[in-house]
Amino acid sequence: MALLRITSPHTQRAGRKTSWVMLMVIAATIPGLVVQTALFGWGTLINILIAVAAALVSEAIILKMRQRSIGFFLKDYSAVLTAVLLGLALPPSVPWWLTVTAVSFAIIFAKQVYGGLGNNPFNPAMVGYAIVLVSFPVPMTQWLGSADVVATQDTLSFVHSIAAIFSSAPVIDGYTMATPLDAFKHKEGLMSSEAFASVEALSSGNLSSWFYVNMAYLAGGLALLYFRIITWHTPVALLGALAVMASLFYMIDASNAATPYFHLTTGAAMFGAFFIATDPVSSCTSNKGKLFYGCGIGVLIFIIRTWGGYPDAVAFAVLLMNFAAPFIDYYSQPRAYGHKKAKKGLKIGDSQ
Amino acid sequence: MTTILIAVGILLVLSLIFGAILGFANVRFHVEGDPIVAQIDAILPQTQCGQCGHPGCRPYAEAIANGEAINHCPPGGQATIQALADLLDVEAIPLDGDHGEETAKRVAVIREDECIGCTKCIQACPVDAILGAAKQMHTVIADECTGCDLCIDPCPVDCIDMVEIGVTTKTWSWDKPVGPMSRPGNLIASDRQPLMEASH
Amino acid sequence: MPSDVTVFEFHGGIHPEQNKTQSLQLPLGNPKLPDELVLPLGQHIGQMSRPLVKVGDRVLKGQTIAINNGFLSSFLHAPTSGRISAIEERAIAHPSGLSDLCIIIEPDNKETWCELRPMPLWQESTKTDVLTYLAEMGIVGMGGAGFPTQVKLQGAQKNDLDYLIINAAECEPYITADDMLIREKTSHLVQGIQILQFLVEANNVIIGIEDNKEKAIELLQNELRVRQLDKQIKIAVVPTKYPSGGEKQLIQLLTDREVPSGKHPIDIGIICQNVGTCSAIYDAVVLGQPLISRITTLTGAALEHPQNVEVLLGTPIEHLLNYAGCDHSQLQRLIMGGPMMGFTLENQQAPIIKTTNCILAGSAKELPQPEPEQACIRCGMCEQACPASLLPQQLLWFTKSQEFEKAEHYNLFDCIECGACSYVCPSSIPLVQYYRHGKSAIREARDATIKSDHAKLRFEARKARQEAEAAEKEAKRLARKKPAPKADKAKVDAPTNDVTTAKADNANKAEKPANNEASKKLKIDLAIAKAKMKKLEKALTAAQEETRTEEINQLQTEVNEQKNTIQQLEDELTKVAPPAKVTKVANPNEAGVKQLKIDAAIAKASVKKLEKAIKKAEDINAPELETLKSQLTPAILRANELEKSLASAQEAAAKSSDSTATQAEELSEQAKADTKKLKIDIAIANAAIKKAKKNIDAMKAEGQDDAAIDASGLPQKLAEHEANITGLQQKLTDLTATDSKTEKPSAEVNPLADKIKKQKIAVALAKAQISKLTKRMEKEPEKAAEIQLEIEAKQAAQTTAETELAQLLNTQEKN
Repeated sequence: MALLRITSPHTQRAGRKTSWVMLMVIAATIPGLVVQTALFGWGTLINILIAVAAALVSEAIILKMRQRSIGFFLKDYSAVLTAVLLGLALPPSVPWWLTVTAVSFAIIFAKQVYGGLGNNPFNPAMVGYAIVLVSFPVPMTQWLGSADVVATQDTLSFVHSIAAIFSSAPVIDGYTMATPLDAFKHKEGLMSSEAFASVEALSSGNLSSWFYVNMAYLAGGLALLYFRIITWHTPVALLGALAVMASLFYMIDASNAATPYFHLTTGAAMFGAFFIATDPVSSCTSNKGKLFYGCGIGVLIFIIRTWGGYPDAVAFAVLLMNFAAPFIDYYSQPRAYGHKKAKKGLKIGDSQ
Repeated sequence: MTTILIAVGILLVLSLIFGAILGFANVRFHVEGDPIVAQIDAILPQTQCGQCGHPGCRPYAEAIANGEAINHCPPGGQATIQALADLLDVEAIPLDGDHGEETAKRVAVIREDECIGCTKCIQACPVDAILGAAKQMHTVIADECTGCDLCIDPCPVDCIDMVEIGVTTKTWSWDKPVGPMSRPGNLIASDRQPLMEASH
Repeated sequence: MPSDVTVFEFHGGIHPEQNKTQSLQLPLGNPKLPDELVLPLGQHIGQMSRPLVKVGDRVLKGQTIAINNGFLSSFLHAPTSGRISAIEERAIAHPSGLSDLCIIIEPDNKETWCELRPMPLWQESTKTDVLTYLAEMGIVGMGGAGFPTQVKLQGAQKNDLDYLIINAAECEPYITADDMLIREKTSHLVQGIQILQFLVEANNVIIGIEDNKEKAIELLQNELRVRQLDKQIKIAVVPTKYPSGGEKQLIQLLTDREVPSGKHPIDIGIICQNVGTCSAIYDAVVLGQPLISRITTLTGAALEHPQNVEVLLGTPIEHLLNYAGCDHSQLQRLIMGGPMMGFTLENQQAPIIKTTNCILAGSAKELPQPEPEQACIRCGMCEQACPASLLPQQLLWFTKSQEFEKAEHYNLFDCIECGACSYVCPSSIPLVQYYRHGKSAIREARDATIKSDHAKLRFEARKARQEAEAAEKEAKRLARKKPAPKADKAKVDAPTNDVTTAKADNANKAEKPANNEASKKLKIDLAIAKAKMKKLEKALTAAQEETRTEEINQLQTEVNEQKNTIQQLEDELTKVAPPAKVTKVANPNEAGVKQLKIDAAIAKASVKKLEKAIKKAEDINAPELETLKSQLTPAILRANELEKSLASAQEAAAKSSDSTATQAEELSEQAKADTKKLKIDIAIANAAIKKAKKNIDAMKAEGQDDAAIDASGLPQKLAEHEANITGLQQKLTDLTATDSKTEKPSAEVNPLADKIKKQKIAVALAKAQISKLTKRMEKEPEKAAEIQLEIEAKQAAQTTAETELAQLLNTQEKN
């Protein structure tokens, strides 16, 4: 038998391949998916299925056009992960074409156009989300009310969900309402306490639904940490910064600001912290860099939630920090062995 | 009308002020750079072979600075063209075949028993890398030879060979891996070819 | 396990499967002698050793067979007694699979030791003596790169040393050679450490060992206790984590210090030695045995009996594989070293060298082929694993896109190539290979820059020198214009020749000024003729590009004539020059033989050229083929003839050394005459060849019809040339005759020669003008007729000048 000539090392850690990493992240979303489905109906699951199909098709088409091996690259499950994350992030009631638009845009323009997996500067799922959010703000800000608050006292049945997603007619108004964040944003001069007392979307029932969803994502995130698929730096920095900002403003003006608890347990706080901001491709690389990156996202989330035009801000905050990631990377290099100080920036005299 | 005049006046004053600041900064923070010819010369391989049509590398550097094409240097090859293109911010073009082809690095070697000691090669060598005297055998100092070929033609008995510098265990290095979809080692698939099918 | 020393931590690291038990099942093995031992001359870092033995020599076990070659080099000894069967290139253990120079020993199976000269009283010797002794015993670092030990230790003489660290960590999976060495040679090892400590006098001596070697730790502790050294030599048990055995990592583990980037441990007062080296030092100093064997682990799933063996250096790996029961059908990857940093071998004949700590014969199941590389998802696992705290994913990015400056800025050169990053990479990227490629590309670029800067300096120095020479020449010329016409001749030739030549000229001049001047004149003539030749050749190439063969033929003949002239002149020159030497050498024959040799070389070259031309002609099926072929035979004949005469001349020379001087002279005269004739023949042959070649070239590039070049004028000129040449030839023969009779050509020749020179210059001038006109005509064909007239006028002038020249030459001959 001819002997191989290969560079060292000659052994690799078994099992932990890129596809495994992607599948683990997908698996870690399951608690969140289950809770979301239980509380908000089948819409999320159907969204995910549509998204995955759209992602695979668009990825395959682009790979074909780029003359790359379709099978090889589809097997890394990165497109599936993008689709799952998008499916989870979109409101359960959005029409199917909106999901398809978001996913195909994410795959084609945010990922493949930049050269495919590993080369995209922005988080593809969030690019897809942001595109449909700015293009179709109405369906994107209408969430289904959770089971215990909507008038019918029942979540949408599977059939109804399908109908809502595939019919061209708008979703039955009775089922939908603003998210708590949206409602809080548009409390129209009400004091915080008044808003919590009077606005339906801010009722304790609805809030607890969102709390459960966030806790489910927290559990999934902790699993990722346990399996060392992500490091603690980004989520801890993100949630910490968000909490600090919220506390600060709550202390300044308790009557108009929301509590830190409210900020951490509604919207996409946990989902964003553990599943979106930790996307390795578009985030910072060094541990120090991840801390900066996470902090930046946390602060931006609070700013946009409080003063921005959109109720939730994870997508924009992450995208903005994606811009900053290479810059942060340059200035957060770890101190290498044998060096007194960490190097900063690129080489002096380098024109780029 | 007055508002317009005021606006125009303010803008004028502002532009004058900023112009002055910029002008001052230009003088104050002027960076003394390497003259461009020196920078170009530093990129050229210094074989002094004259294949570009100039008597040495520096004259070619001057010619490039004056607008000659950057692809007339076969010893430097594509790497030099790329470096020049980066420096001068122009497009990298393929090597001009009229000036010769890019070859592997070579040194001149004199077949010493055939050398008649005519000193013609010594005179031709641009870097004084040939040692010898009239009617004495000549030899090439391999470390100094730039592989310019200029000693080949003058030799009346054709006793100079250009020998490729082979790879030794000291100079050998690993190749750059092919990239995604290839395995390290002897099974190499191109990026455009599905490896899954090819490898089994 | 308790550790005497505080153990710190290093960043990153991995925990690959250890696979160490397999090779520890059997005791230390002792394979029998192979059929031959292959000893590469470069088993260490630095210069190759220099062989001391010749093929066929008998050597004894332990005898020095190669010595160091410079500072950073090492000695090499015969591992057994036997015969040197070859010194040749053999496949060596190197990742490239390239060959290198090796000494091959054929063992006589007697194992006869040479006389051993140990240093049992090393405590009483000076350190320098012991260090020199270690160098002569060929001790190099046996853990990694094979750094000559005495060089490393010499550094310790200059600095105060805080720590002497004995590296017994052996963190690579599979390898147990150090473990086995500690178990088998505990006392040797400890005494080796004592010798080392004597040499370096460190404040602390620490043995760093991983906690997976419990038995070895126990034995070491006992040994130290028994020798009452446990206060001086501490054992630090470090947790098992790859790469704790890396020098820098072990230093960090034991001292919490970092070796500054680009520096050596010695710079921070630390020295590291491998346990194998310590035991080798003991063997050398106490037993007097040079480094001729080592303990190597044979392991891997393809081996039936994995084990450690004490093996002679130079043993081919195949021999060991067979010893350990290798199933060759299972063997897919043969690795020298461990699975993390070892390199693969393709040739099983490669030998064991001083640094070979392991041979890993892996099966396909055990070390499966790497997965295909996927895109980097920047997951950061490599960064968590990197023991040097680098950013491997950034380095990958930069090396991949050839942005080496940035890679360097990201500390590429601090990478120790441990492979931890590649091990954890989920995308199976061969990161280490990228880094190795990047590093060597950067090094190559640096070397190239150094070389090109150097070439530039030399080029500029040469230019400056030439300019200075030209200026000097110009100054001399101006000075000469006024006073003595004699002074000028000394310098005419100097700028084109070397200083040596100038000196030789001066020497000649002192002895035989008259003769020298004659040769000077000839040289000038020669230079003129050559200038003409060049011009003609240029015209010819121009013609070849644009005109038809007929015109080319004209030019060709002219070129050939010119060649003849040059040949004549050169011959003449060589004829004139020798007598000066002949008197010195006192054997005129020698000069003749030398010339014959040169002639023979030229003849051979011409035959070669002719052959090449024929080949070319065959390629393009040119009609000249026949002519060429017919030319070849006489050329070869001539070459043969020349060689014969050379041989006869040599014979004559041999004879003449016995016979009287007069006889010798006669013989040499005859030889010379022969030479000349032959030379002429050769010259003609040469010319014919050139012509044929040019014709072929012309055939290739058939140009358009251009009446520019005057065909009719040329033959006339040619005839003149021929006359000239015959004249020259005659003169040549006469000159030699005169030379032999009267060694000094008379001084009266001078005024005549001056005249000749003038005439020649006139001829040259005319020709130059003609050629200029010709060129002009090419450019401006519409004025062809006018220029034609001018050319004819010039040609007439030239003809007159030439006839005069011929007459003058005749007069000169008569004189």
